Amino acid sequence: MTPRRQRMILIGLVAVGVTISAVLALRAFQENLLFFFSPSQIAAGEAPNDRVFRLGGMVLQDSIEREPGSLTLSFVVTDYAHSMPVHYTGVLPDLFGEDQGVVARGRLDDQGGFVAEEILAKHDENYMPPEVADALARAEEAASQ
Amino acid sequence: MIPELGQFALILALGLALIQASVPLLGATRERKDWMALARPAATGQFVFVLAAFLVLCHAFLNDDFSVLYVSLNSNTALPTPYKLAAVWGAHEGSLLLWILILSAWTLAVTAGSRSLPEAFAARVLGVLGIVSVGMLLFTILTSNPFERLFPAAMDGNDLNPLLQDPALVIHPPILYAGYVGLAVPFAFAVAALLTGKLSPEWARWTRPWTTAAWMFLTVGIALGSWWAYYELGWGGWWFWDPVENASFMPWLAGTALIHSLAVTERRGIFKSWTLLLAIAAFSLSLLGTFLVRSGILVSVHAFASDPARGLFILLLLSVITGGALILYAARARHLTVEGGFRLVSRESFLLMNNILLVVATAAVLFGTLYPLFLDALGLGKISVGPPYFNTVFLIPMLPLAALVGVGMHSTWVRMSSESLVRRLILPAGVAVGIGVIFPWIIFGRASALTMIGVSVGLWVVAAALLDPVKRILRRGSAPIALTRGQWGMTFAHLGVGIFILGATVTSSYNVETDTSATPGDRWEVDGYELVFRDIRRVDGPNFQATEGEFEVRRDGRLVTILNPQKRIYRVQTSPMTEAAIDVGWGRDLFVALGDPLGDGAWSLRVQVKPLIRFIWLGALIMAFGGLLAITDPRYRTQRKQEKVQPSSELVETA
Repeated sequence: MTPRRQRMILIGLVAVGVTISAVLALRAFQENLLFFFSPSQIAAGEAPNDRVFRLGGMVLQDSIEREPGSLTLSFVVTDYAHSMPVHYTGVLPDLFGEDQGVVARGRLDDQGGFVAEEILAKHDENYMPPEVADALARAEEAASQ
Repeated sequence: MIPELGQFALILALGLALIQASVPLLGATRERKDWMALARPAATGQFVFVLAAFLVLCHAFLNDDFSVLYVSLNSNTALPTPYKLAAVWGAHEGSLLLWILILSAWTLAVTAGSRSLPEAFAARVLGVLGIVSVGMLLFTILTSNPFERLFPAAMDGNDLNPLLQDPALVIHPPILYAGYVGLAVPFAFAVAALLTGKLSPEWARWTRPWTTAAWMFLTVGIALGSWWAYYELGWGGWWFWDPVENASFMPWLAGTALIHSLAVTERRGIFKSWTLLLAIAAFSLSLLGTFLVRSGILVSVHAFASDPARGLFILLLLSVITGGALILYAARARHLTVEGGFRLVSRESFLLMNNILLVVATAAVLFGTLYPLFLDALGLGKISVGPPYFNTVFLIPMLPLAALVGVGMHSTWVRMSSESLVRRLILPAGVAVGIGVIFPWIIFGRASALTMIGVSVGLWVVAAALLDPVKRILRRGSAPIALTRGQWGMTFAHLGVGIFILGATVTSSYNVETDTSATPGDRWEVDGYELVFRDIRRVDGPNFQATEGEFEVRRDGRLVTILNPQKRIYRVQTSPMTEAAIDVGWGRDLFVALGDPLGDGAWSLRVQVKPLIRFIWLGALIMAFGGLLAITDPRYRTQRKQEKVQPSSELVETA
């Protein structure tokens, strides 16, 4: 084989490889996009029924209910305009608490609730996840109009 | 008074940085030796003043000077002394000062290490480093002054974020920054070469040790961060594809590509413009990382700043530095000629594939990190990209890359017959695949295809790395194969890669993770270990109170260890913190974390068994050790001596 032909083969192989990876990567990307919805957006029917997404808001005061001795609990996430009951089984992050911002990853169930697979941790007591701050601001704006 | 001295020192440093950034560059263009000679004293002076400012801040922390706003926000009289020091770089302003200190330390090292370089070239390198320094100093002085006063002074400080009160976090930022910022040196070398308009054949050899040194620090820094996240964030993961992790990982990937591309440029004088582009890209990704982390647009423990002015400033700095370098590249790089070709089967080919795959991986991570930010900035909705995306797009280029590592190591420059390559590698490859397919079944009793591939590839990289040293030992009597320090460096770095792959594959495949609830007195079994929840009690630390559980771990009736995980409440910030208890082992880690009280004396618990997880950090440390060996290759020193003899003949036209 001439060097020129070898180089063409090399370039060809690279092009094929890059194309295949790009296709696979885009598919992975499509499947792993997580959208964020606030309780108001869910109430407006914007959230999908068949897909995992992230829900964010504040944990409503006195809404945390545990089944004694088990890891299952439920609480209400609110943006003070609408609310969403959330069910979760597992260990909670350190800074989870009432009147605190929270982001949960999970999906809607058929009883109008949200089943969380993961409750995301915050790193600092004063910190508010930007999505949650934004959702609260929008809900407030909608209420004042 | 003393804090004002710190601020004054910073302003003086800025003045010297301005001189360093302008006069030597002009001097190099106009061939004025006296102007160029200003570079070194200016850089040295700048280092002295930045160090002074940094020491002033340390002094304020150690003496609990709560009249300084930054100190009062991040320290407390009850904070143990080592953490007071860590608090110096525990938040935005101080960590920026650390960034600048490390940049000026690298610059100082360049002034010392560049004495044998052609004068105009050294002046340009230092000038470019000066420009970066001016940008960062302006940023600090204008938007993030660590010496800002608080009137009236606070009685006591707000304390350091409890998450950061940890030994690994004392050293993680300095080491990570040493890597991040160290990439400024190859960047400056690349821009200096573009300014000169020609790439001397020695350029790659000058640049290589600096790149490898920065890469080494970056490797250790990332490994430390991962280790810290594992035991301190409380939930036993070692990599989360968090945007902040990606911010440090992208420069690492680009830096790794740069190291390999520099090898080709040094040995064969090709890939020149590609190498320059990678050097620019690696440092730009560092700056981008700084922007992502410091602008407050990310949700993370690292995202301190929420002042939009800061984000805007870094974005501006990023566009000036990266944009300037890229424009220069566009104007000059096409004048670089390439001599010498290579065949399909040759080391050049394999290194080219290495570069392509690493760049693809970098691009995929970059895309996943930035896309949500763009979408958000355009108001098109808030999304996040889940870890499965990163796992997939990272594995696609990395598996072939790892498989090619062994082949590339054993191929020769210019050309090689495929037959001899196959003859050399068929045995280690066969052994690696054989063990990789069979052993997971023997040890764990189950194995997915991906697990078998991962273990095989990891073993294959280890085998390929050890092939030459083992042959050397076996043939010691007759004809030893001499390995240079650089080759030992490559051997160790690749050995580290193999060990890392083994650790990552086995941990991800066979990690046992259970969330349970238990009351004192309970016993249960997790993956062959019997756990006994013996007791729960209160303990007091220097600045926290904790609830501590006591767990007995037994295997086949024998006591393995007693674990004491804690749930801490820090007094000042009153936030709860999980301190997991880990029984460390070569073969596996046993991890117990205390969740929260569930009522009726029950507690939620997370118990994990993580096989081979230590290999992940061990592999990274071995990689870094390989880098250390490569830097100390006497080749870099002897060449310098030669250049001293004949400085004028070094600038060979390649334009």
